[in-house]
Amino acid sequence: MYVIQFLSLWLIPMVIACILLHGTYKRVPTYEAFVEGGKEGIQIAFSLIPYLVGMLVAVSVFRASGALDFFISYMKPFIVPLGLPPEVVPLALIRPISGTASLGIVTDLIATYGPDSFIGRLASTIQGSTETTLYVLTVYFGAVGIRKMGDALKVGLLADLISFVVSFFIVLWMFGE
Amino acid sequence: MVNLIWMALLLIGLVFAGINGTMKDVNEAMFQGAKEAVTISIGLISVLVFWLGLMKIAEQSGLLSFFAHLFRPIAKKIFPEVPSDHPALGYILSNMVANMFGLGNAATPLGIKAMEQLNKLNGQKDEPSRSMITFVALNTASVTLIPATVISIRMTYHSASPGEIIGTTFVASLIATISAIMIDRAFYIRRRKKGGM
Repeated sequence: MYVIQFLSLWLIPMVIACILLHGTYKRVPTYEAFVEGGKEGIQIAFSLIPYLVGMLVAVSVFRASGALDFFISYMKPFIVPLGLPPEVVPLALIRPISGTASLGIVTDLIATYGPDSFIGRLASTIQGSTETTLYVLTVYFGAVGIRKMGDALKVGLLADLISFVVSFFIVLWMFGE
Repeated sequence: MVNLIWMALLLIGLVFAGINGTMKDVNEAMFQGAKEAVTISIGLISVLVFWLGLMKIAEQSGLLSFFAHLFRPIAKKIFPEVPSDHPALGYILSNMVANMFGLGNAATPLGIKAMEQLNKLNGQKDEPSRSMITFVALNTASVTLIPATVISIRMTYHSASPGEIIGTTFVASLIATISAIMIDRAFYIRRRKKGGM
């Protein structure tokens, strides 16, 4: 635990030092290279805007209209028999779509049931072990201007599903009910 | 596929708003969503400029291709279409490492850079290449060593052991990542059987 915390604190500064030392050793004009590379960053950020606006507006509308809640209540009966506690079902369904919404649900679950309850641990594991699939796809494909996503969405969603099921069994196995 | 999902999210949302009488919320949400998207993009500028600047140094000094070289045995299996020692592999590896340590703001620029390199290999086509799909699939599942945000929430609510979910998170994300690779492979084989894309 402390080793990991230490690493996460020291990793970035050490990476920066390594890059600078190696660059200087290889006689790269470090400052000029930095500026040149940085310029690309601005362009990428701006070209991302339309992709993100499109996706986030659609997700916000879907959520604010109550459609998301409806679908969750509709899907619950199918998911509960799998053994998943009904309280975390909304989290599992929202996790791939919206990062902020799922973070809100996790915070709420932890506040309600306690961080060290079964539901609290399961919610923490689900939130930590997967990414917001839709956001990842939008940003990565958007940054290079690819509009078609191919099979990436299906693969991402299936992997999320597996991650939820695995999270449930791991938490059950490690901490018990 | 994206067009369909996008349209469905919006239209279903609008129809529901009509039925539920949540049209007022939806009106607000639309512009809130747009605003949030711009805020995220603008917020990305700082980390993008910083990390892409640093990685440019690493690229010119050869550190990145050295990284790519180390990664070659595994990369050949996961990304068979990317030539060994290609800078894309260096970016992919750096992105994975950043993701593992929960350094989201470093992972995104590195991942974008990896996608750019993969796109060059793809010949700047409209459709994503096999490697691009694999890479994005890996990122949606990404192996996580330190779920920093979750740990901080647990601390806020006085968990007796905020970090106790590191183990479960790691195992769950590892299995999800391995599954993502296998599912991606299965979809690739299916695409190939269908002929072309």
